Amino acid sequence: MKPPKFSYHRPGNYAEALDLLDQYGEDAKIMSGGQSLIPILNMRLSTPKHIIDLSRIDDLKGIRQEGNMIVIGGMTRHVEVENSDLIKKKCPLLFEAIRWVGHTQIRNRGTVGGSIAHADPSAELPCVLTALRGEIVIVSKEEEITVSPEEFFLSFLLTSLEPDQLIKEVRFPIIHESCGYAFEEVARRHGDFALVEAAAVIDVDETGRISEALIALGGANAVPFIPEEVERFLIGKKPDETILKEAAVMQLDDLDPEGDIHGSGEYRRHLSGILLEKALCRAADRAMEGVEI
Amino acid sequence: MSVFSIGMNVNADRIEQQNVVSVALNVNGEKMERQIEPRLLLSDFLRDDLGLTGTHVGCEHGVCGACTILVNGESVRSCLMLAVQADGCEIKTVESLSSKDGSLNTIQQAFANNHALQCGFCTPGFLMSIESYMKNNSKQPSDEEIKECISGNLCRCTGYSNIISAIKEAYSSKNSQ
Repeated sequence: MKPPKFSYHRPGNYAEALDLLDQYGEDAKIMSGGQSLIPILNMRLSTPKHIIDLSRIDDLKGIRQEGNMIVIGGMTRHVEVENSDLIKKKCPLLFEAIRWVGHTQIRNRGTVGGSIAHADPSAELPCVLTALRGEIVIVSKEEEITVSPEEFFLSFLLTSLEPDQLIKEVRFPIIHESCGYAFEEVARRHGDFALVEAAAVIDVDETGRISEALIALGGANAVPFIPEEVERFLIGKKPDETILKEAAVMQLDDLDPEGDIHGSGEYRRHLSGILLEKALCRAADRAMEGVEI
Repeated sequence: MSVFSIGMNVNADRIEQQNVVSVALNVNGEKMERQIEPRLLLSDFLRDDLGLTGTHVGCEHGVCGACTILVNGESVRSCLMLAVQADGCEIKTVESLSSKDGSLNTIQQAFANNHALQCGFCTPGFLMSIESYMKNNSKQPSDEEIKECISGNLCRCTGYSNIISAIKEAYSSKNSQ
């Protein structure tokens, strides 16, 4: 199994990368960590004429706080997110989810921008970014734009990214310290792609009623799914087990998971309800800590 | 003679058609520079160009973990990396583990003592994953942490329990040293 022939470019800075994309666009493919692209090349599912390797562009790396956002450079590796105190403190949902991404060997190479751009429907980062209503900053030679996950993820492995664009950074909103959060996933083996996954953030007011609910399900549809009816239903309710159980299955009919050797579509739909219930319960428990009623 | 000349032609043709890139890297402590095709996988570079066949190639798409090596001290799958991407990097393969006189290192010895391999195909990958884990975690890991550490490596012979015992032994012998 060998990749097809291609010309290799390794721009040393940002401007050079955008020039190369402008020049080769349609015929080029960006290489970030390569943990999805190299298998694709090895199996010759794609045969780009040019590979543009972004690994030496330091401007695209790093994690920082900017106002109420945690900003992660597109070429920041998963392992750096996993080891970041800032992420642990300010973006605990992402911190909890990142350990579900592949194995250590994958997280040592794979990047945040790469995972977002690859847009696998069961990947963890797109699901977390969608739940938190994050932003994706995209650049080309002409412009820099910011898009929402809903605008960005179009379908299975398909995004709105144009051939001359690259992901500069991904922005995760910081949730209030009083919020509870949880990420739940079932995979056949640890490190495998998820069958289904659920991300939830819940905040409660001083009377113990839910004041905010942010939810996303991954792996169930072609793109991460926000069950908006469930989010609306939860507002103003006390997060007891009956309510959360009822909420978790409200929108299962809006899911259309595909079946494969690892599980039928019906099983994935069922699992979505179970995982969402678990995520809601754990997030609510965390939110209720410190609330005196 | 004729066979030789055909070989030369094929090679010249390959170089003419394909851009060749230069890489300079350090493999197991030895600095080297090579001219390679950019599409060459790091796993194939190590095995075919450098003759370091200890790195095993199983699935070639990042599932089995047999080709795990260390790049700048971190465990990575060499089949999911192009050799050209290792330019300027420090590589360690399984060949770096034992001493020059052939004596085994702590993890290798623990594998031997615990019968932690049968066919041995997956072993180099396990050893390199564990090597990296032990460098980063000095404390004796729990069973759960050990399972997490080796979750990126598949073994179809042992059922893993002897590998887990070997890791425990490697930690105790390291700590008693």
